[in-house]
Amino acid sequence: MIGPRGVEPLPGPDSDADRDCAVLHIDMDAFFAGVERLEHPETRGKPIIVGGTGPRGVVSSADYIARSYGVHSAMPMVRALRLCPDAVVFPPDGPAYRRVSEAVMDILRSVTPEVEPVSLDEAFLDVSGARRRLGSPVRIAELIRRRVREEQRLTCSVGVAATKFVAKLASTQCKPDGLLLVPTAQVTAFLHPLPVGALWGVGDKTEQALTRLGLRTVGDVARISPQTLRHEFGAALGDRLAALSHGRDDRPVVPTTPDKSIGAEETFPRDVDDPGLIHRELLRLSEKVARRLRASGQAGRTVVVKLRRADFTTITRSRTLPEPTDVAREINAAARGLYAAAGLERVRLRLVGVRVEGLLPAAEAHRQLSIGEPETGWREAERAMDAVTRRFGPDAIRPAALAKRAENDV
Amino acid sequence: MKFRVERDVLADAVAWTARSLPVRPSVPVLAGMLLDATEDDGGRRLKLSSFDYEVSAQVSVEIDVEEPGTTLVSGRLLAEITRNLPPQTVEISTDGAKVTVACGSAKFTLLTLPVEDYPTLPAMPQMTGSIGSDAFAAAVSQVAVAAGRDDTLPMLTGVRVEIEGDTVTLASTDRYRLAVRELAWKPENPDVSAVALVPAKTLADTAKSLTGGAEVSIALSAADSGEGMIGFEGGGRRTTTRLLDGEFPKYRALLPDTFNSVAEVQRAEFIEAVKRVSLVAERNTPLRLAFGDGRLVLEAGTGDEAQAVEVLDSSLEGEDIQIAFNSAFLLDGLTAIDSDIARLQFTTSTKPAIITGKPADDGATADYRYLIMPVRLSG
Repeated sequence: MIGPRGVEPLPGPDSDADRDCAVLHIDMDAFFAGVERLEHPETRGKPIIVGGTGPRGVVSSADYIARSYGVHSAMPMVRALRLCPDAVVFPPDGPAYRRVSEAVMDILRSVTPEVEPVSLDEAFLDVSGARRRLGSPVRIAELIRRRVREEQRLTCSVGVAATKFVAKLASTQCKPDGLLLVPTAQVTAFLHPLPVGALWGVGDKTEQALTRLGLRTVGDVARISPQTLRHEFGAALGDRLAALSHGRDDRPVVPTTPDKSIGAEETFPRDVDDPGLIHRELLRLSEKVARRLRASGQAGRTVVVKLRRADFTTITRSRTLPEPTDVAREINAAARGLYAAAGLERVRLRLVGVRVEGLLPAAEAHRQLSIGEPETGWREAERAMDAVTRRFGPDAIRPAALAKRAENDV
Repeated sequence: MKFRVERDVLADAVAWTARSLPVRPSVPVLAGMLLDATEDDGGRRLKLSSFDYEVSAQVSVEIDVEEPGTTLVSGRLLAEITRNLPPQTVEISTDGAKVTVACGSAKFTLLTLPVEDYPTLPAMPQMTGSIGSDAFAAAVSQVAVAAGRDDTLPMLTGVRVEIEGDTVTLASTDRYRLAVRELAWKPENPDVSAVALVPAKTLADTAKSLTGGAEVSIALSAADSGEGMIGFEGGGRRTTTRLLDGEFPKYRALLPDTFNSVAEVQRAEFIEAVKRVSLVAERNTPLRLAFGDGRLVLEAGTGDEAQAVEVLDSSLEGEDIQIAFNSAFLLDGLTAIDSDIARLQFTTSTKPAIITGKPADDGATADYRYLIMPVRLSG
C-alpha cells in the first residue's frame, strides 16, 4: 500500500486496520484515453488525448504518457498539442465510454448493490454488507481491481476509508493503478498535510479566502476554532470545513441508477446569434436525446435547456411536461419554448444543450389520450426513423429542417 | 355622505363585491370599492361597486340614508373591517377626505381614493332571458369542472354558452375530457340564438354567488355590438364579465353516438372505490377498470410498487371492456352526474368513453354528458 509517508506493506489477512473502513472510492485511470487505447492497439507507446478537435476543443482525458508532458483535462486542445505534439487525438466516443462504464458498474454491483456512480468513471461503494461474503474492505478492493483489469483490461485506483471524503482523497493520492487504505487512526496524519483545496466543496474562491486567513493546509483549518470558521464562511460552509478538516463526513453512499438524465450539447465553432440556427441546433439535439431515450427504453418528464453566452455565463431553464416523453418533437417544442422564454434571442451563444430528466422505463410511461387525437402520431413516425437509421445508418433520415441542401438543389 | 346599515347586511354585500377586486390593480383606484348612497324613486339604497376591467360587480341594498353621497375606499380593507365588526348597526360617514366606520364601541377612519378617477362600470347588456338560480349554479358547476386551467390555451379556459330558443347548452373541455349540459330557460325572445365563451372560473363563482334570489337574469351583448360582454343579475347583485375570444372546438362532432359496451354502477360505491384504489396510484399513473361477468374490477399500481384492487357489482351490456383512466378525471365525472346510478358507455380502450347518470326514462338522452379520454397503457 502507498501511504502518506511512502510505501507501506498492505495489512496482512489478520490485520484489522480496515475494520471500520467500509467506503470504497473507485476511480478509473485516464478512463476515456484507456478505452481509446483498447480500441486502437496501433497507438501502443504513443500518448493519447481525447477531446474536441475543433478550434475551441478542450481536453477531456489524457493518458499518463500525455500527462507526463503536462497535458491535463480541461486544457485547450491547441495548448495540449503544443506541449505534446506526438499525441494521437481522438474525438470523444460517448457510446463506447458508456458501454465500458456500464460493464465496470456491473462488476461493482456484483460486489454490493450499494453502488453510487458519480460519473462514467467514478463510483462510491459501501461494502459493509459484503464483508462476510467477500472479506475485508481491502480484500474487496483488491478483488475489484483484479476483475476490472482482467475483464475490462483497464486499471483503476481504489481509496478505502470510513468516509466518502477520505476515500475519494485516498484514490486520488494513489493514482494510477493504486490502492490506498486510510485507517481511521491515521486520517488526521493523512489529511493534515494536504492543501486546503483538497477539502470537498472548496473551490477557487474559498481557497483564496482561506489563504488570506493564512490557512494553507487541511491541518491549518483543523487547528482554528469552528466558531471562527462559521464567522468567516457562514454556518453551513464553516461547519462543513471544520468537520471535513477532522475527517468527519456523514454523507452516506446512496445507490442510484446510472441514468438520471440523458442530454446532449454542442459548442459552436463560432458564437451564434441567429435564432434560426439555434432552433435548428435545438432540434438536432432533441432528435439525438430522443433517439437515445428510445434506444435505452426510457422516457422523461423534465426538459432542460442550457445556454452559454459568449462570455461563458450560463443559464439553464427547465420545464416539466404533463407526461413523460421519448418523442423528439415534444422535447423540441419544450426546448424552443424555454429558449424563447429565456430572452436570449439575438444574444451571441457559445453553447446550447438539451437534456431530459426524471427518467423512467418507457414501459411505465402511460399516455393520457386527448380528444380527437389520431391513433398514430409522431411517436410512431420517430420509431420508424429509428428503424431506418438502424438499417441504413445515422445520416439516412432526418427532419427536413436539418437536411443539408444539395449543390444542385433549387 | 352618511348612512346606517346592519352589520350582517353590510358585511355580505362588501364581501361579495370584494371578490371582483383585482389582486394586482393596474391603476391604484381599481383597488377601491365605490360606495354610493342615494335617495331616488322614493327608495334609499346603498350601491357597492368593484371593477377590474374584466369583471364588474355591483350590489344594491336597502338602507337608512341620512345624507346621500359617493366615496371610494380600499376594498380589501373595508372587507376585512366589516367581517370583523360586532353584530350591530354600522354607521358610515364622510368627513372631508376621510371615511369613518363606527360600530358599537369600534371606530375606524379610512382614507379615500379620488372618486372622479374611478372608471364608469360597463352598462348591463340587454336582458336575454332568465333561469332558476339553483339549477343554473348546479349546471355551471357540472360543466366548469372540465374546463382547462392552462392560460396558454385561453379558449379552453372558458365555458361555451349556447342559447337556442328555450334551451341553453353549456360545454367546456381541457382536451382530455368534455362536459356538456343542456337545460331549459325562459328567453325574452323565443327565437333567440346566441353563443358566448365565458371564463369558467368567473362563471362558476358568479353562478354560485347568485343563488340568493330565485332567478338569475342573463344579459348577452349582441355579437356585433363591439366588445363581447355577458351580465348576470339576481337578488340585488349584478355582475358583468368580458367574454373570451377564440374558437371553441366543434365539440358536438366529438361526442360518439354508438357504443360497443354500456355498464351501470352504483355511483356512491364507485366514487368510494375509485378514491380508495387510487391511493396507490402515484401522480400520472392510471386507474385500470375491467368490466365483465357482472363485475367491475378496479386496479392501480404495478408489480414494482404498491398495488390495490377492488371489485364492485356492475351490469354490462355488450362486449367486456378493459380501460384505464386518470383517476382525478374519472372522479370529476362521477361526482358531477346527478343520479344514483352511473352509466358508462365505451367503444374501445383507446376511444372516448361517456359518463352519464342513468336517465329516468331509459330511452331518453341524458341532459348531462361527460366525455373522458382513456389513458393508453404502454407495454
